[in-house]
Amino acid sequence: MSEDPEIVMGLYVPPHPHPLLAPDQNEGWGRLRDAFDVCRQRIEESDADLILIYSTTWPSIVGHQIQAHPKPVFTHVDDDFHFLGSMPYEFSMDTEYANEFRDACEARGLQSRTVSYDGFPIDTGSVVALKLLNPDNRIPACIVSSNVYSNRAEQIVLGKAARDAMSKLGRKAVVVVVASLSNRMFTEYIDPSEDRIHSPKDDEWNRKILEFFSDGRLEDISQLSREIQGQVRVSKVVAYKPAWWMASTMGQHNNYDGEVLAYEALHGAGGAVIQLTPSAGSIGDKEFDEDDVEYYHGDRDVLGKGAI
Amino acid sequence: MKATGPSGRFSLDWSVSRVMAKGEIVLGCLAPHPPHVVYAENPEQNEPFAEGGWEALRWGYHRLARKLKTIDYDCIVTLTPHWQTYVGTHFLGLERFQNISVDPIFPNLFRFHHDIKVDVELSELMCEEAAEAGIVTKMMRNPDFRVDYGTIVSCHMMNPDWDKPVVTISSNRSTHYYSNEVMNDQATALGEAVLKAIEKSGKKVVLVASHSLSHRHFVTEAPLPEDMSREHIYNHSQYVWDMKAIDMMRKGEMRELIDILPEMIEQTMAEAEGGGLTWMMAAMGMPDYPAEIYGYQSVIGTGNAIAAWDPNETTREIVL
Ligand SMILES: [Fe+2]
Repeated sequence: MSEDPEIVMGLYVPPHPHPLLAPDQNEGWGRLRDAFDVCRQRIEESDADLILIYSTTWPSIVGHQIQAHPKPVFTHVDDDFHFLGSMPYEFSMDTEYANEFRDACEARGLQSRTVSYDGFPIDTGSVVALKLLNPDNRIPACIVSSNVYSNRAEQIVLGKAARDAMSKLGRKAVVVVVASLSNRMFTEYIDPSEDRIHSPKDDEWNRKILEFFSDGRLEDISQLSREIQGQVRVSKVVAYKPAWWMASTMGQHNNYDGEVLAYEALHGAGGAVIQLTPSAGSIGDKEFDEDDVEYYHGDRDVLGKGAI
Repeated sequence: MKATGPSGRFSLDWSVSRVMAKGEIVLGCLAPHPPHVVYAENPEQNEPFAEGGWEALRWGYHRLARKLKTIDYDCIVTLTPHWQTYVGTHFLGLERFQNISVDPIFPNLFRFHHDIKVDVELSELMCEEAAEAGIVTKMMRNPDFRVDYGTIVSCHMMNPDWDKPVVTISSNRSTHYYSNEVMNDQATALGEAVLKAIEKSGKKVVLVASHSLSHRHFVTEAPLPEDMSREHIYNHSQYVWDMKAIDMMRKGEMRELIDILPEMIEQTMAEAEGGGLTWMMAAMGMPDYPAEIYGYQSVIGTGNAIAAWDPNETTREIVL
């Protein structure tokens, strides 16, 4: 539908507030913070002019919501980890890109809208990512929600719409996904020094996913999303969606240089800071037959069919 | 101990007369919180303007609010699925929260300036009793915390004067982490603990389970959200489940309804998955008397019923 945009890099970062608010309370949280800092520096040294965030901690219902407030200001507090402190923020958003992204979504059949309201509750994951990756608001950002009902086709099309808008405006983007790997936390309070991945199974799967990431096999991870959902994701939502969106936005292939900068436990969940940089070579041993989707046609009205 | 009473006559000052009366639950309400109903009311606290809408629910809420005015109570205690906690159950622990609440899903409808007073003493007592019962708990003491919009919508519709303190209890996500059955068990334990705390407090308390019944939304919104020609239930099976639940409420079959709730949640994505109804019914001893039904209507496809359980037989009514 459009020219390939220039993707400077992709980052996969965890949504928990610990690396921002409590990096000194646990060595692992500190290492995640260090990894965020490395990414921040690399972004600064790049010629990127847009940071686009897809956050799994911003759920939406009416289609896909896109943050378009030019300067959102508020103080955010996490629902679970409020005792770690408050997160005051003032961000700088790329309103032009947000509007273009919405138009591109609509052109591909998606329901979408921009939000631009004083006091809108920007989610924990986005706040953490923007405060750590872009602390001086040097680069304008944009955030897109994760629709609770959406599934693969919608995520793929959403990623393509994000690309369309980048191409149209000539943006050089850092693509950021805010998501855990395994997302089961401990359900009781733990001493920070005793944090660990919730189970060996979660840990094993996380390490397998990280192996793929470090080999740059983004499309392979995308294709394994349903398996990942079944194995290491608490069924909060219908699917593990971030890799679908990330691959679709960055390019559905395995031509990336992957680097895992940190992998640690966050109250039991798997938190990783990963960088993917587009490259020439490809790796992998898989081909897939799940259809690529260009345009979203909406629900297929399965529930309504055959009703008495 | 002997003393001289006000009349001057010799009397016995029984120590029991100084003991606080046992606290009680004076009403339990199922109070759904789609921000649409506050939006449609156009209260001065809310920024957007509406031409109305969802009258079946709003008029039901008005009637319930009138009933509440006739009841002597100290505090409203709400369990809300929009304060979601994975690590334990949390309780509001500061006396006042002044802020703007912007709905993350429907920011076009709900940007509400609020000034909420909290009964911290009661909140702490509930937290202690819950901990005593083995439930993981936490008091929320961060002054920058934003009270969730579920609490605000339900409490505003029931008491638009905001002249009573509230307590908000978070929704532990045991449905996601375990199963609907585990949620039912844990919410039951929480309800029983909360009852103990209320009895100890000596206070008269209104409980609020803030949620819808069936909970599948349309993912599109009418250009004018209050255009009632566009409003209907998501599909017929949601409606049938909602009617089944309301019928059981009318018949006072709350034990039975809570027993089949896991199935209803599975089938209709019912927002009772957050534990509100189970918690409230457990605290009230699984009422076997009829609920007062105040209204039922869909909001962006979800099924919403307003119902109340009045333990006082003399004031209990047949509303609808
Ligand atoms: Fe809700």
